[in-house]
Amino acid sequence: MAKTITLEVARYRPEQDAEPAFESFDVPLNSDWVVLDALNYIKDSLDGSLSFRWSCRMGVCGSCGMMVNGDPKLTCATFLTAYDPGPIRVEPLRYFPIVRDLVVEITDFMNKLKAVKPWIVREEEKPLAEGEYLQTPEQLESYKQFSMCINCLCCYAACPVVGLDQHFIGPAAIALAQRYNKDSRDQGAEERLDVLSQHEGIWGCTFNGECTRVCPKNVDPAGAIQQYKIKAVTEWYKSLLMPWGRK
Amino acid sequence: MKQSPAYTLYHPKWYRKRVSTWWWTEQWRSFKFILRELSSLAVIYFVGLLLWLLWSLGQGAESYRDFLEWMKEPWMIAFNVIALIFVLYHSITWFNLAPKAMPVRVGGKRLPEWMVAAPNYVVWIALSAVIVWLMLGGD
Amino acid sequence: MTKRSNEPFLWSLFSSGGMIAALMVPILLFLFGLAFPLGWIEAPSYGSLLKLIAHPLTRLALFAVCSLSLFHGAHRFRFTLYDGLQIKHLNELIAVFCYGGALAGTALAAYILWNIS
Repeated sequence: MAKTITLEVARYRPEQDAEPAFESFDVPLNSDWVVLDALNYIKDSLDGSLSFRWSCRMGVCGSCGMMVNGDPKLTCATFLTAYDPGPIRVEPLRYFPIVRDLVVEITDFMNKLKAVKPWIVREEEKPLAEGEYLQTPEQLESYKQFSMCINCLCCYAACPVVGLDQHFIGPAAIALAQRYNKDSRDQGAEERLDVLSQHEGIWGCTFNGECTRVCPKNVDPAGAIQQYKIKAVTEWYKSLLMPWGRK
Repeated sequence: MKQSPAYTLYHPKWYRKRVSTWWWTEQWRSFKFILRELSSLAVIYFVGLLLWLLWSLGQGAESYRDFLEWMKEPWMIAFNVIALIFVLYHSITWFNLAPKAMPVRVGGKRLPEWMVAAPNYVVWIALSAVIVWLMLGGD
Repeated sequence: MTKRSNEPFLWSLFSSGGMIAALMVPILLFLFGLAFPLGWIEAPSYGSLLKLIAHPLTRLALFAVCSLSLFHGAHRFRFTLYDGLQIKHLNELIAVFCYGGALAGTALAAYILWNIS
């Protein structure tokens, strides 16, 4: 008899449920299976109505973020054998509204992301005839870590401030703002500072550090935020002591 | 079966879980974080203690002696042990987090975190040693 | 949205206070709270301690320790109340209580240190 492991999966069907509840499924405990494989097994063989997001199944798209035993993880990168003998509790990402089963509503995050202008902002585009923007390896190094973010929202599920203050812009949005602030091609740092140097921006962060701990791509959003705080403080004192600088 | 909810056709009813006031008791990690934040109260307590000492000093030798006697009370000692634990927790977590806020780059590569944290500890120990020396009557 | 939110200033007090507190508080609390009362180290005499503290530089340093540590604690406690107890609607009240307290403590420290001699 092949070894199995129990998955306790959160179910929520708005057409019939008032609130989420757990349903248990026994899945084969294959040594090379991840939680996502188990969920697909459930959907294929046990209960086709189970709803969840996934795509690349290799940790680069950020679709399959879920709570596994209370910890936010990419289910395509979380092995079943790590939880032997189980049971494994699978829930949708914390602090987001649940649409159905393991699917959460992330429009709020998308709006927050847009607010930080996560693109190269330039006062004037260089004409094509002048060629590309050149960047040294050191210049790339200064923002590369923050560019690794795949928007999986594990950091949001881990951050207590996100849970307590729905206006808090959140770790990934700030890390991505920093990714562009530190990019040598970008000239939008001042615009972003206006958006982020607010209580709902970087100042809501209490440096809990959970965001960095759970990040599957080692983006270190906590580091990005603290560095940004120091930058914001120096800008504040500069504008106080030398007010003529600002346009 | 479950009770019938208000499901409106074409409009999904999202479920929003309320975050409990006791969210910080649910995991040891969250609890440790709140303890770290509450170490600020131990710091405030110490400032109170320091002001009491300074005021006693300003009042004269008799007052200073009284202050020292108060410090010997068993409940005072117990309280100070707890405060010291919290204050040490503050220092250690503070120095360990410093590298995250200030990444140091040497020759293009980022220094490992312990290398940025270490000078903080060195300064801490050196400063503490100086203070002890001053208290022992050093010049 | 204006860039000049007060938060950067408050945070700069918090972080400098945190550094000063982390460096200075443990040893001082250890000395006056444990080592001297329990007799592990002999407490300084009134005369020598007074001479040490009366020096203007020492007083300035002690003032910085007191004031910045108070603001550090106030800022952190304010956020703990705000987040921990989810009493956001009392936001202004909490801020006034915390920073007002720190200001009062700072004034008290200034008064006490000024009058030592």
